[in-house]
Amino acid sequence: MARSLSGFLAPIVAVALICCSFAAAASIFQPISESHRSAAIETFARSYGSLEETYEALQTFDVLGVERKPDVGTAACQSVSQTLASSSSTLKDIFYALKVNGVLKCEVDTDSVEGIVSTLQTAVGSASSLLEFYHSIGGLVLVKNQALKDDLYLADAEGVFRSIKALSQSDGRWRYSSSNPESSTYAAGSALEALAGVISLSSSEIDQSLIGTTKNDILKLFERVEKYDDGAVYFDGEESDAHGNQGPITSTWSVVTGITSFAAVTSGNLNLPGEKILGLAKFFLGVGIPGDAKDFFNQVDSLACLENNRVAIPLILSLPATVNSLTRKDTLKVKVSTVLGSDAPPLKIKLVRAKDTPAIESQELKFDSANKVHVLDTLEKSVDVGNYIFVFEIVFNDPEHKKAYAVESKTEVPIFLTGAVKVGNAKIAVLDSDLGSIETQNLDFAGENLVSLGANHLQKLKLRFQLTTPLGHPFKPHQAILKLTHESKVDHVFVVGNTGKQFEIVLDFLGLVDKFYYLSGKYEIQLTVGDAVMENSFFRVIGHLDLDLPEAPEKAPRPPVQPADAYSRYGPKAEIAHIFRAPEKRPPQELSLAFLGLTVLPLLGFIIGLLRLGVNLKNFPSAAAPAAFAALFHVGIGSVLLLYVFFWLKLDLFTTLKILGFLGVFLLFVGHRTLSHLASTSSKVKSA
Amino acid sequence: MGRSSSTVKETQALFQSLRSAYAATPNNLKIIDLYVGFAVLTAVIQVVYMAVVGSFPFNSFLSGVLSCIGTAVLAVCLRIQVNKDNKEFKDVAPERAFADFILCNLVLHLVIMNFLG
Repeated sequence: MARSLSGFLAPIVAVALICCSFAAAASIFQPISESHRSAAIETFARSYGSLEETYEALQTFDVLGVERKPDVGTAACQSVSQTLASSSSTLKDIFYALKVNGVLKCEVDTDSVEGIVSTLQTAVGSASSLLEFYHSIGGLVLVKNQALKDDLYLADAEGVFRSIKALSQSDGRWRYSSSNPESSTYAAGSALEALAGVISLSSSEIDQSLIGTTKNDILKLFERVEKYDDGAVYFDGEESDAHGNQGPITSTWSVVTGITSFAAVTSGNLNLPGEKILGLAKFFLGVGIPGDAKDFFNQVDSLACLENNRVAIPLILSLPATVNSLTRKDTLKVKVSTVLGSDAPPLKIKLVRAKDTPAIESQELKFDSANKVHVLDTLEKSVDVGNYIFVFEIVFNDPEHKKAYAVESKTEVPIFLTGAVKVGNAKIAVLDSDLGSIETQNLDFAGENLVSLGANHLQKLKLRFQLTTPLGHPFKPHQAILKLTHESKVDHVFVVGNTGKQFEIVLDFLGLVDKFYYLSGKYEIQLTVGDAVMENSFFRVIGHLDLDLPEAPEKAPRPPVQPADAYSRYGPKAEIAHIFRAPEKRPPQELSLAFLGLTVLPLLGFIIGLLRLGVNLKNFPSAAAPAAFAALFHVGIGSVLLLYVFFWLKLDLFTTLKILGFLGVFLLFVGHRTLSHLASTSSKVKSA
Repeated sequence: MGRSSSTVKETQALFQSLRSAYAATPNNLKIIDLYVGFAVLTAVIQVVYMAVVGSFPFNSFLSGVLSCIGTAVLAVCLRIQVNKDNKEFKDVAPERAFADFILCNLVLHLVIMNFLG
């Protein structure tokens, strides 16, 4: 049916940049190209889960002419045979199995076919929801088209037609079932396809009034269409679509397949305006290369339906290159083709006018039948460099084609014409207010000569030159800039103004002394002239200027600090000299040791003195317990002193205090016992 | 000539009487006196050292000197309390005074050790 392949694909159109241009209306669409094919291979590279996904992948490859892998085909055919043979397959599975079969043309045995046909016929009779009708009728249509069974007809075609029609709504959309009030555009597309299927399967004529009302429904549906500025037209899905078919690409695909299949089986036309069909084509081409498999299939399948449909076949006007060079003597090439890139019928392209440029007259493009492009080769004689918007019109050789094809009435295309701009009559001079020009030098931008000038702050610098296009007209570039750079890398930028034919700039140094930060010395003069359409844009050093400025006064602004060389930021930094406090002078070690010895002397003196006094240990208690306590007392004191030594050597205060706590308690106890014993013995002696 | 010789004789006599009086003091007091002398002498030696080499680790110098002076002071307190001729401290047992002396010394030396560095 309408989903059959387009014939034979034309030579591949080279991919060009789609310009997003300055005027929203002026934009171009490119037909399907090689990049689509390679993207398709990538997007559909994984193995396919369901028959639906398999069908989408196979159909896409088929339309684009991509080779599919042989094992994919065998695996799919196996799945198809299994599904068709099984009696428990759902309607949806049977439908997609038959679709896959249509692409792969597998061997299906007649028993399965009989079984399928009876299942489908029963389903049609008992269907209540839209999708049941869609799948069952679609399946029967596929069986008929694939010639799997002869003489296949629907029993009560008109009744089925009415039942499907009963689900329609007044605004052109359809409901999925009578119980659910929500409607969707996707459902409308499915319904139209189902109705087309009914018409093709009916043995007798369907009532024309029914067909007429369906055509009205289609017109109503098209009133709901959304538009983009560039002429693309699409159907926006409904948020509430419970079957998940809300996206614009899916909804629009559904409608396109619906109307093309319906138009294929009905006589008379649908009265749809050609620009709407063209808008649908533009929408799908404007998607570019879709991200996921479903969108890809929807895009490619819709374009295949539009490629040769009975409503109107859209033709796309595209340009392989929108930037043409006058120097290279490029000719402007324009191509008209179908959405998939096939040839258009014989036609002429006329350049009607260029927007805002009255100089370009209306002319017809010559057709180059070898390359199948239309050529405008009079550009260099009549058109100067610049950017234009050309307006093209398509005129068919055979007036009958106007009804069968949909073309844009006036296509606006942005064009860039580049060329080499001549710089002439360039002079640079230093002017003195009294004497006039002191020295005038001619500048030659082609050569390597640099001029050398000298000036002081009372004089002026004047530069002038002319820019001419290849056709001899004065040219105004985007940039004409003069830059003066001092030796210390401080630079100043000035824009060169133009007066009609000439570019001229006068730098009065008296007024600029402040701006130049009073820096005298050698300045480098650099001139930049550039534009998008100027092929020989340049920026070059044209010479040096020795500038003599007066001394800077106290309050003069300092020149800004120039950024350091970028690489020096990552180089080694300057060494920092740390100044440590000079260490104290220490005495020689022998002196310190001598005094250490001296310190011990008083201790020795003390011990000797004690001995001279006759110190004895007679009062040391002799009984066991007091003796033990007394001994422990001395041990305790000794251990505390030892702890202090360790504290000095390595312990910290907290540890010391902790240990001191234990030792102190012990010492207190022991000391108390000993001293009280001593006290009691001495009081006994006293009393006795 | 005569006057100077008489002063010399008088000072000599003074020293003699001091010596004999001192000989009468009890032994335990003499021990404490000896201890005080030892402590002060040690302090003096440290000061002389500091005068020679400079006071660079000043905390150490202070620590050392104050340890000696501190223990000397505590010993003097002990002597006062232990001396039987002192009427104010008649009720304090000499063992108790000794225990105080030991305790205070230990605390003093803890602080000194901390400050020594």
